[in-house]
Amino acid sequence: MDFPLTDPFFWETVIQGLLFGGVLALLSLGLNIVFGVIDVVWICYAELIMLGMYTIYYLYSDFGVPLPLAMVAGVLMVALLGAALHHFIIRPILHTEPINQLLVTGGVLFFLQGFATLAFSVEFRNLGVSFGSIEAGDMYIPTTRLLAFVVSLVAVVVLWLFLKKTYLGTAIRAISQDRDIMPLMGVSPGKIYLVTSALGGGLAGLGACLLVLLYDIHPAIGLTFGPITFMVCVMGGLGNMIGGFIAAFIFAEFIALGGFYAEIEWGYVMAFAFFIVMMFIRPQGILGSKS
Amino acid sequence: MLELKNVSAGYGTFQALFDVSLEVRAGEAVAVIGPNGAGKTSLLRVISKVIDLNGGEISMEGASLNEVAAHRIIELGIAHVPEHRRLFPRLTVEENLKMGGFIADARAHFDERLDYVYELFPRMKERRHQLAGTMSGGEQQMCAIGRGLMSGPKLLLLDEPSAGLAPVIVQQVFDLVRRIRQEGYTVLIVEQNIQQVLKVVDRAYLLEVGQIKMSGSSQELLENDEVRRAYIGL
Ligand SMILES: Nc1ncnc2c1ncn2[C@@H]1O[C@H](COP(=O)(O)OP(=O)(O)O)[C@@H](O)[C@H]1O
Ligand SMILES: [Mg+2]
Repeated sequence: MDFPLTDPFFWETVIQGLLFGGVLALLSLGLNIVFGVIDVVWICYAELIMLGMYTIYYLYSDFGVPLPLAMVAGVLMVALLGAALHHFIIRPILHTEPINQLLVTGGVLFFLQGFATLAFSVEFRNLGVSFGSIEAGDMYIPTTRLLAFVVSLVAVVVLWLFLKKTYLGTAIRAISQDRDIMPLMGVSPGKIYLVTSALGGGLAGLGACLLVLLYDIHPAIGLTFGPITFMVCVMGGLGNMIGGFIAAFIFAEFIALGGFYAEIEWGYVMAFAFFIVMMFIRPQGILGSKS
Repeated sequence: MLELKNVSAGYGTFQALFDVSLEVRAGEAVAVIGPNGAGKTSLLRVISKVIDLNGGEISMEGASLNEVAAHRIIELGIAHVPEHRRLFPRLTVEENLKMGGFIADARAHFDERLDYVYELFPRMKERRHQLAGTMSGGEQQMCAIGRGLMSGPKLLLLDEPSAGLAPVIVQQVFDLVRRIRQEGYTVLIVEQNIQQVLKVVDRAYLLEVGQIKMSGSSQELLENDEVRRAYIGL
């Protein structure tokens, strides 16, 4: 094997990993914010993304809605689903054992998957949109991946500004520190939870906009992205958005470089092996605090 | 301004307040004193509607609070500075103050009230970007009171502001309460530090096991034999 640092394919792989890391980082945001604020893990998070992808696909392909508009509708749709998930399913059992919330969102996962199979059939669908590649030296970078990366970074920055600068964002951070005194600030915790769920859903919807450009859509696509999104969040420290951001890039590089040296499946095997080892070394995640 | 008539409240089947009646008039500072577990915190909590009324009537400026939701109480001009300060530890001082001015009516006045709070507590201005949880107890109490002032309240509910603080700081906290009074706020303060608090308020109620046992001017309570024997240790 050649010395990799002079091999353009090696660098192409590293960059592909970086770009994929951006997408994983975005995917982890919604799950993380919901967990950080409400203390509930949406096991069915990737299935919300799947529904967003179908929304965009059908609006664009069957109804001729322009793609940007279809994407906005997709984001709104999943935001609404996130709010509905909280209002109808999480809220009634919020004060029971945490395992119940895990189990019920797990149930929602299979419900949504079954529902999608019935409604949309198992057929793989593709948006059929391509923006070509950008050539840089000897490397080829697909434009959609670059676009996805840029959108992810912008989303991270906008979310950060929202949480840091606005009243609502500050309240969202505050409620995870002391829920019980929020009413004394004039804030209804229930409303903040609902807004946070819509925000988490909206971020899943944004993830759908990116994935729909990169992958085929099918009812089980959530199983491809769900586990890895969850592991990125756990490795970063559940609820810790900066940790999730870093973990996303670590995971993505593992997968990309695994694919470079062997098959892409080896990349996944190594990434998950790394995850398991990390769980022994730092069970609280890279940036998570103890317990 | 604030009136409680025969108020009962508690936690589930446990009753913490029995038939409590009290009044705070505009411009007054009133204390509720009593031993640990008497129900002082519960009394402020029921005024804020954080716990439900089981009976009786609470009104603010003539309007009933009975059907008002907890998060709407602050809109009626009542700010509650809770027991143990309860700042948001991982928000900065300024972000904590921002949360105090969360309600729509307060947002338009944010800058001017922030200046006002910083003028009142210059220490808070120095520490504006510090995480609240990293400050000393006395500083946290200033921040908690400042947060209460950010909504522009008429009535301030203070729950044991001196608790858990070093004696020197306790003195500062009562000076602070005196200043808040001079600023024209109406104050209802709950305290176990009876001798100190009676020096800064006009009137006081003595609460024991959820019931008002006595009430009167600060002077009357300070001179009352029973109060002196049981609470001041003379
Ligand atoms: N969250 C709660 N659940 C059940 N009982 C409580 C709760 N908070 C307080 N109590 C009880 O209510 C009574 C009054 O408590 P509290 O109002 O905190 O008294 P104080 O502030 O005067 O020390 C006590 O007997 C206390 O044990
Ligand atoms: Mg108390």
